[in-house]
Amino acid sequence: MQALGIDMLFKGKNFVRLLGGLGVALKISLIAVAISLPLGIILGVIMTLKNPVSKALTRVYLEFIRIMPQMVLLFLVYFGTTRAFGWNLSGEVSSVIVFTLWGTAEMGDLVRGALISIPKHQYESAGALGMSRAQTYIYIIIPQTIRRLLPLSINLITRMIKTTSLIVMIGVVEIIKVAQQIIEANRSSSPNAAFGVYLTVFLMYFIACWPISLLAKYLEKRWS
Amino acid sequence: MKNIKKIAAFLLALAMIFSLAACGGTTSDTVGTNGAVYRTLSEIQEDGTINIGVFSDKNPFGYVDENGEYQGYDVYFARRLAADLGVEVNFVSTEAANRIEYLQTGKVDVILANFTVTEERAEEVDFALPYMNVALGVVSPDSKVITSLDDWDENDSMIVISGTTAEIYLAENYPNIKLQKYDAYATAKNALENGNGAAWANDNTEVIAFALQNEGYTVGIPSLGSNDTIAPAVSKGNETLLEAINTEIGSLAAEQFFHHAYDETLAEVYGEEYKETLVVEGGVIEE
Repeated sequence: MQALGIDMLFKGKNFVRLLGGLGVALKISLIAVAISLPLGIILGVIMTLKNPVSKALTRVYLEFIRIMPQMVLLFLVYFGTTRAFGWNLSGEVSSVIVFTLWGTAEMGDLVRGALISIPKHQYESAGALGMSRAQTYIYIIIPQTIRRLLPLSINLITRMIKTTSLIVMIGVVEIIKVAQQIIEANRSSSPNAAFGVYLTVFLMYFIACWPISLLAKYLEKRWS
Repeated sequence: MKNIKKIAAFLLALAMIFSLAACGGTTSDTVGTNGAVYRTLSEIQEDGTINIGVFSDKNPFGYVDENGEYQGYDVYFARRLAADLGVEVNFVSTEAANRIEYLQTGKVDVILANFTVTEERAEEVDFALPYMNVALGVVSPDSKVITSLDDWDENDSMIVISGTTAEIYLAENYPNIKLQKYDAYATAKNALENGNGAAWANDNTEVIAFALQNEGYTVGIPSLGSNDTIAPAVSKGNETLLEAINTEIGSLAAEQFFHHAYDETLAEVYGEEYKETLVVEGGVIEE
C-alpha cells in the first residue's frame, strides 16, 4: 500500500483534513443548490411568459452566466466587487453567490425547457375544465414538469458539487486543494502518493454524490 | 424576427460583460477605509493581525504539513516578520495566477509566495528587498556532464517544459540548441531518464532537487541566464509596510536569519552545497 501513498492519509491529521475539505465543498455547493432550485423554478416560469421585456432580461442573464467561465465569475465577484464597490466579501460568500447565480440560470433554462415540452393540449384541456391559470400550473403542469426535471437537476447538482474545485482560486481551501497540499508536502518521501490520495478523493466525491442519485431514483419511481 | 431578437440578446449580453469589465478597471484605487486598497502598518498593528499570502502546495517554500500547519522557507520568514511587527499572522492560500490580484484588492497585506521580481510585476505591486536568488539550471547524466552551452553538439537536444522561463531563455539566447518540449514535469523527467535529450534545463531549484533525489545525474550548470530574485511584495503605494519589511530584512542580516531559514527548511531538499547560491541575506545581492 505504501507505493500508492495510502499511508499518507494516516499521517497526522491528513484524513480529517481531507474530510474537512469535502465538508467545505459540500457546504458551499448545497447552500447554493438550496437557494438556486426555487429561484430557478421561478425564473423558468418567467422565461416562458410572452412579455418581450422579461424575455429579453432573462435571456441576457442566462447568456451572460452561460458564456462566462465559472472561474471568471468567481474572480468578478471576489476581486471585482472589492475594486468596484469596496465590498470585502469572503471567499466562501463569493463562492455561494457565484454558484447561486449559475445554478439559478441553468435551473431556469431547464425549467423553461421542461415547461414548453408539456404539450399544448394539457393547457387547453385544463382551460376547458374551467381551471384558472394558477390552477393549471399547480395541478397540471408543474407536477408533470417536476418529473421531467428530476434527472436534469440531479446532473446540475452533482456538477455544482464537483465545480467547487475551482473555488481554491479565491482562497477557499476545499478537498482538491487539501489533496494537493498532502501530495506536495510528501513529494520527496512518497513521490507516488498522488495516485492513492486522488483515489481517496474520488471515493469521497462518490460517497457524497451517490445518495443524491439514489434519492432521484427513488423519487422518479414514486412519482411515475 | 426571432433571429433578430436572439442576436440582440446576445449583443446585450456582450455589452454587459464589457461594461462590467470596464468598471473593474477604472475604479481600482478608490476603495477601503482610508481611501486606499491597502492597510498601512499602523492599521495592521491596531487590528492585531496581518494577512500574508503564501503557497500551500509548494514544498519546500510554502506548504501545509500533516498537522495542517503552514511550513516552508517563505512561511518561516512570514512568522518572524509578524512576530517582529507584534501582530498575529493569518495565512491565506494563494495560487501563482492570483497573487497580484490579492494585493491590488487589499485582500492580503503581504505576498510571500516565492514571488519572482520582474519589471511587469513591479508596475502592479511594490517589491521589498529580496531574500532568495533564482536562476536557470541544467542537469545532465554523469556519463556526459554538460557544463557549458557554448559548444553545443548540433545532434543533441535539450529537454524543457513548455511555457517555462527556461524555454523562453534558450529560444532567445541559444537558437542553435534543439529543444525537446514536454508539457509536464513527469514526462520531462522520463525523457531525461530514457536519454531522449542530452540535458534538461529548468529552474535551478528544480534541477538541483532532481539531481539530489536521483542518482547518476549532475547539475553541470547551476546558474544560467539572468539572475532573478524572490522578494516580498505589498500593494502598490503601501510605503509604511514596505519600509517596515525592508528594515526587518536589513536588521535580520546580523543574525544570519535567512541562512538559518535555509537550514531549517531548504537544506533537506537542496543540501548544504547550494546555500550561498540560493540565499540572499540582508537584501544584498552578491555578484
